Amino acid sequence: MREAAVVSEPNPLQRIPGVAIVLVLLIALFSAIAPGFLSVANLSNVLVQSTILTMLALPMTLIIMTEGLDLSMGAVLTLTSLCVAIVSLATKSMLLGLGAGLLVGAAFGVANGWLIAILGIPPFVATLGTLGMAQGLSLIVSDGQSVVGIPHSVRDIYSATLLGVPVPIVMALVTYAAFHGLLYHTRFGTYIFALGGNREALRYAGLSPNKLLIAVYAIGGAMAGIAGLLMTARMNSGHPTAGLGLEFDAIAAVAVGGTSFERGNGWLLGTLLGVLSVGVLRNGLNLISLPSSVQVASVGVLVIVALFLDGLRSRA
Amino acid sequence: MTDITKEAMMPPRSFLSQDAIQVFYRLLAALLICAVLAVLSDSFLSLGNILNVLRQASLTFFIASGLTLVVLTAGLDLSVGANVALSACIAGTVIHKTGSPALGILTGLACGGIVGLLNGIMVTALRIPSFIATYGMLWVLNGLTYWYMAGETLHGFPAGFRQIGSGYLFGLPIPVYLLLVFLGIGTLFAQRTIWGQEIYAIGANPVAARLSGIPVARRLLLVYAVSGTMAGLASIIFLSRLNSAEADIGESLTLPAIAAVLIGGTSLFGGVGTVFGTFIGALILTLVLNGMNLLSVSANWQPLVTGIIVILAVWLDMKTRRRAQ
Repeated sequence: MREAAVVSEPNPLQRIPGVAIVLVLLIALFSAIAPGFLSVANLSNVLVQSTILTMLALPMTLIIMTEGLDLSMGAVLTLTSLCVAIVSLATKSMLLGLGAGLLVGAAFGVANGWLIAILGIPPFVATLGTLGMAQGLSLIVSDGQSVVGIPHSVRDIYSATLLGVPVPIVMALVTYAAFHGLLYHTRFGTYIFALGGNREALRYAGLSPNKLLIAVYAIGGAMAGIAGLLMTARMNSGHPTAGLGLEFDAIAAVAVGGTSFERGNGWLLGTLLGVLSVGVLRNGLNLISLPSSVQVASVGVLVIVALFLDGLRSRA
Repeated sequence: MTDITKEAMMPPRSFLSQDAIQVFYRLLAALLICAVLAVLSDSFLSLGNILNVLRQASLTFFIASGLTLVVLTAGLDLSVGANVALSACIAGTVIHKTGSPALGILTGLACGGIVGLLNGIMVTALRIPSFIATYGMLWVLNGLTYWYMAGETLHGFPAGFRQIGSGYLFGLPIPVYLLLVFLGIGTLFAQRTIWGQEIYAIGANPVAARLSGIPVARRLLLVYAVSGTMAGLASIIFLSRLNSAEADIGESLTLPAIAAVLIGGTSLFGGVGTVFGTFIGALILTLVLNGMNLLSVSANWQPLVTGIIVILAVWLDMKTRRRAQ
C-alpha cells in the first residue's frame, strides 16, 4: 500500500461497504427498537449534534493518516470553549471569542506538532502530555466553575438557521467541503498522503516533512477552536469538562470510517459516515433509555472491533 | 542455540550498570527537590508530611510498577486508571454484599487481572497497537463503571479492611510496607528471572526475541495481566484508604502513573528501565505535587504540571539515548 502514497483520489467502492453497512445496520436497528428514532425532529437532532464531532473527526483523519494521533483534542476543545466563553463575556463580541478560541487551539496544535515532529516524541505520549496541560489550564482559567452569562450572539450560533438549515450543519458542511478540497485537490493534500505513506519522498522532493506535520496538527488545534465556539453556544456556557472524551468519539469515527491506522491512507467521506454512525449509536441508545455510560462503552467496543478489522485488512 | 542467542542479546544487568547510574541521578534529583522544599516550607520536614508523601508515592507506585513492565516491552497501558475505578467499585460491592474483605480483595485483584488479560489479548491476538487498544479499553471500563454505579457512592467498610490503606505498623503506614514488598518482587522478577529478562529482550528487539525462541505473545499477555492485577491491588488500597468508592476515582490516576514510569527512566521505546527507577519516579512526582500543595498552589495546577513533566521526561530520555549512541 506504500506505493499508493501519491494517489490522491481513493477508490471509494473498495471501502464503502464497511462503514456504510455499519451505519445502515445501526439505523435499521434503532428504527426497530427505539420509538421516535425515525422522526424528522430526532434525525435532524442527530445531525446537529454530530456537527461538533465532525469538526474534530475531519482533522483527526488527517492526523491519523500521518500515522499520528491527537489525544489532546477533547481537552483542547474544553479549553477553547472556555476561552470563547470568557473572552466573549468580557468583550461582548462573538468574533473576539472565536478569535481567542482559534488562537489557543492553534497554539496547542503547533505545540503538539513541534513535540512530535521536531522533538520526535511519539504522538500518543506527546498529546497525552498536552491533554494534561489543556485540562489543567481549563481548570485554572475557570477555577473549576462554569462560565455563564455569555452573550446572545454566541448562543444564537447553535440555534440560528440559514435558509432553513441549522447554522451548525452549514458550518459542518463547509468544513467538510474545505477538507475535501484540501486533501484531494491541493498539493498539501498529496503531501499529507505522503507523510503517512512515504516521508522519504517528501525529503527528496525538497519539502520539509516536519513543517508539514506541524501544519497538520495546527489544523487540528484550530478546528478544536471552532468546535469550541459551537460547544459554548450549544451549552450556553463554558464548562471545565465540556469536551471530556470527545477525542475518543473522533478516533472512533475515523476508525469506523475506514481510515487505516497502519497504512497512511485516509477517506474523509468514510469519516463523515463514521461520525454519523457514532451519532446514531449514541442517539439510539439514549432513546431506549440507556445512560451515557453505556454509550461510552459501546463506542469503545466499536473502536476495538473497527481496529481489529483494520488490522485484518492491512495484513490481508 | 536459543540459549546462546538469549545470552548474547541480553546485556548484563549487574548492580552497577548503566541503569544503576540512571537511578542514582534520579535519587539525587529527589534529594534536591527535598532540600528545596525543606527551605521553602516549614511543614515539609514534619513527620506527618513525610509519611503522607510516602503513602501517596506508594499508591502511584502500585499502578506504575505493573505499567513499567508494559512500557519495557515498548507498549503502553492507558486503561490503568479506569481499571482501578472499576475494580474498586466491584470489590467494594462484594465487601458490602458478603461482609468479607478477603473475598472483596480477591475480586478486586481478579477484576484488574481480567481487564489486563483482555488488554493483552487485544495486543497479541488481535494485534491492535497497545496505546489505542488500552485507550479503547479505558472508555469501555469508564462506561461500565459509571453504568454499574449509577451515580451511587459505596461508603463504609469494616475497620480491619480500612487498616490496609490507612493503618500504621511500627509508625509507618501499611502501604509503605506493601510498597517495599512489591518493589522487591518487581525488581527480582525483572532483573533476576528468565521471564523478566525475556521482557527486556522483547522490548529491545521484538523480532530478535521471537527468532531466539522467546514466546513473545505469552510474555506480553503476562505483562498486561500483571499491569491489570497491580491496578487491582491499587484499587483495594484506594478503597481502604478512602473508605468509599465512586465511579470517578480513576480519572486522575493514569497520567501520574505514566509520569512516574517515564521520570523513572523507563524508555517508551522499550527494553530500558527498572522497577526501582519507577519507584524513584513516583517519589519525585509526589514530592513535586506535595510541594505545590504545601506552597498553597491550587490543585487545579496539578494536571498541567504532570503533563509538562511527562513531556519533559520523554524528551530527556530521548536526549540521553541519542547522546549515548
